[in-house]
Amino acid sequence: MKITPLLFGLFLIALPAKAQTDTVPLVLHMDAVYTRPFLKIEKLPLSIGGYVEANTRYSGSDGVSEGLSFQMPRMTLFVSSTLHHRMKFLSEIEFEEGGKEINIEFASLDVEFHPLVNFRGGVIMNPIGSFNQNHDGPKWEFVDRPLSSTTIIPSTWSNVGLGIYGKLAKNQWVWAYEGYLSNGFDDKIISNSENRTWLPAAKTNENRFEESFNGVPLVTLKSAMKHRKIGEVGISWMGGVYNAFEIDGVPIDAKRRVDLLALDFHSNSLPWKSSVNAEWVWALIDVPETYTQQFGSKQKGGFVDIVVPLHRCSVLGWKNSTLNGVFRMEYTDYNVGKFKETMESIHDEVLSFTPGISFRPSSQTVFRINYRFLSQTDIFGNGPSYTAHVLIGCSTYF
Amino acid sequence: MLNVNSCALFLCVVFGCFSLSSCDRILPGAPADEELLDGPVEGLTSSQMLEFLRGDAAFNEEVFTAETGLGPLFVATSCVSCHAGDGKGHPFTTLTRFGQSDGSGNQFLHKGAPQLQNRALPGFVPEQIPVGATSAKFMPPANTGLGFLAALTDAQILAGVDPNDGDGDGISGVPNYISPPGFFLPQWFHQEINDRYVGRFGKKAAAIDLLHQTVNAYNQDMGITSTFSPFDTYSGLEIDPEVSNQTVHDVVFYLRTLKAPKRRKENDAQVILGKGIFNQLQCGSCHKAEWTTPASDIAALSNKTFYPYTDLLLHDMGSGLNDGYTEGSALASEWKTPPLWGIGLSKKSQGGQYFLLHDGRAKSLEEAILLHGGEAAASKNAYQQLSSQDQQRIIQFLESL
Repeated sequence: MKITPLLFGLFLIALPAKAQTDTVPLVLHMDAVYTRPFLKIEKLPLSIGGYVEANTRYSGSDGVSEGLSFQMPRMTLFVSSTLHHRMKFLSEIEFEEGGKEINIEFASLDVEFHPLVNFRGGVIMNPIGSFNQNHDGPKWEFVDRPLSSTTIIPSTWSNVGLGIYGKLAKNQWVWAYEGYLSNGFDDKIISNSENRTWLPAAKTNENRFEESFNGVPLVTLKSAMKHRKIGEVGISWMGGVYNAFEIDGVPIDAKRRVDLLALDFHSNSLPWKSSVNAEWVWALIDVPETYTQQFGSKQKGGFVDIVVPLHRCSVLGWKNSTLNGVFRMEYTDYNVGKFKETMESIHDEVLSFTPGISFRPSSQTVFRINYRFLSQTDIFGNGPSYTAHVLIGCSTYF
Repeated sequence: MLNVNSCALFLCVVFGCFSLSSCDRILPGAPADEELLDGPVEGLTSSQMLEFLRGDAAFNEEVFTAETGLGPLFVATSCVSCHAGDGKGHPFTTLTRFGQSDGSGNQFLHKGAPQLQNRALPGFVPEQIPVGATSAKFMPPANTGLGFLAALTDAQILAGVDPNDGDGDGISGVPNYISPPGFFLPQWFHQEINDRYVGRFGKKAAAIDLLHQTVNAYNQDMGITSTFSPFDTYSGLEIDPEVSNQTVHDVVFYLRTLKAPKRRKENDAQVILGKGIFNQLQCGSCHKAEWTTPASDIAALSNKTFYPYTDLLLHDMGSGLNDGYTEGSALASEWKTPPLWGIGLSKKSQGGQYFLLHDGRAKSLEEAILLHGGEAAASKNAYQQLSSQDQQRIIQFLESL
């Protein structure tokens, strides 16, 4: 793929837009990575920050209890620095499961040319859906991350790459876009121990940040529109070739694509000052006809979160603390299609409901109690098997 | 002094702690034991239970990939792919066997017989049935209670043999005599007859014991070599083992110690009447209800009376079920009497519907009965003469097994 024409194309898309007329652009969901709370220490050239998540989990599935576990799924450190005028560096380093995994989730150099056309390069966070870029624990009222956002979109999904981004704000409206070329997936997405098409399997490739699996860049494009009094809607696409189609120049297979299309919506303007967060994703994977249908060529899924403030008060000296009632509904279908043998639907689906309560002593800290119930069928539709988790946890920026 | 808001916060914390202490009540309960096919036989020791769990993990959780040896030609990526919940399979996982039409042996072994590997890793081409080869599709069977059947002596099975229908009941069961693989170790209960042994597992009773069945499944279904069966199905070359001996033995132990299916509605009046009609129609001549195991190296399987509803022998099922393919000494029209225990739970592993008989062609119990022919024709005809109420009673009895 020719990189230059694509970047030039993105530039042309951005050009017709009028220059920014609002000097204080509204913040969008897709800006989440770039609008985190940082602590600026006097005279130091760095700003630092981070967040931590910890929880207890009591789980059971079809009468078999997993008992009580205490977990610290992740602690993340942010470091940012303004290098020069119009140049800044942002990074996120995540320690998962007590340090079992240490990942650079984000480390990019931004160069600002114009509000509509700016450059970003390094380890970028692919802007697919809304959760991937907006995954910080303290922002969510739920202990567990959404299924479709972690198992279809493999959040947190970041890669080495480069691209451009920009934003236009006028009156109540903001429009923004991002476009990147990066390293992408590999053939583990259809060859893994999950026994299903599993995009997160590509994250186990330790060479992902050093070289592309097949030399073909993954393209990620996102555009979002926000109205201050209504909400924000985003559309994003990410696609590329996932397999090694040739070795040392010798063709061994056709180029096989993986494409994801996501829609997301966010609004704080519902009755009773409620908010809604929703995301839906479709994934298309070119699985060889002669491979097994155990690995689906289509997937879909999404979630809807509703957060209703129940009580705002000052408690224990925490001014403006909030008690919320929360509810999440989510669905994933890991194998959309029909069996060739019977022409009946392939299943492999999960439906989940999570009611809960969250308490925010401030906007940057959340305590959460969730009850998560999942109903799951295998590819034949057997079951369903039922699983439930009682979750109590907290997450905070620091 | 705490204000109202502080009290509310305190209550939330108390509520959270209370939730944890009482959450067993709000976690999903277990399905009734009689509704499940999986689970261990009663009476295993702690060490046996650990081995059962190792086998359970290998059978139900291990998924093979290209990196761990899958294929390159294969049918399924794991054991559980074909035996969801240890129950019967689905048309998606049906096996195709080809290349043998009579007792003279398979004429297409050099072309990939006896099993068709109809799927392949990217870049490879799956097998095709060679021109001139006959074939049959085999629906994966349920695994439950296999250890009880494996514990029987050959003498017990051979006691039911009646090749010339000496008792005049129209039923003439015969064993399938199988040439043993090199790794087969005869036990005290096996009988050698002209260098062959009685087969008892598989649609044609072509596997002598559960190790034979398991090794073949690893190699033929998943393309996984072992020290027992070291030849790659694609290249035909001897390659390094892709599954350990320990794992194979664990899986065999798991299969030996899976519980027998439990009856449901056994005392229902209609079910009892259906059982009587089942026997009256001579169905039990092949679907032999009761067996008792001899002493076994696993105490939990020793001297147990169980009810599989099979005689483990081959019977001529008529031209309608003759696919022109066979194994061992069996004729193409001969099939081993399948155990009926657990048949009422088949839908739970087959996506909510029945796929019965050797290839899943029957979509209901009644259709399966009506497709019986050959030695079973008289029983089928008698079934057709029954009132619809009595027919329904037989169905209810079968569903209770």
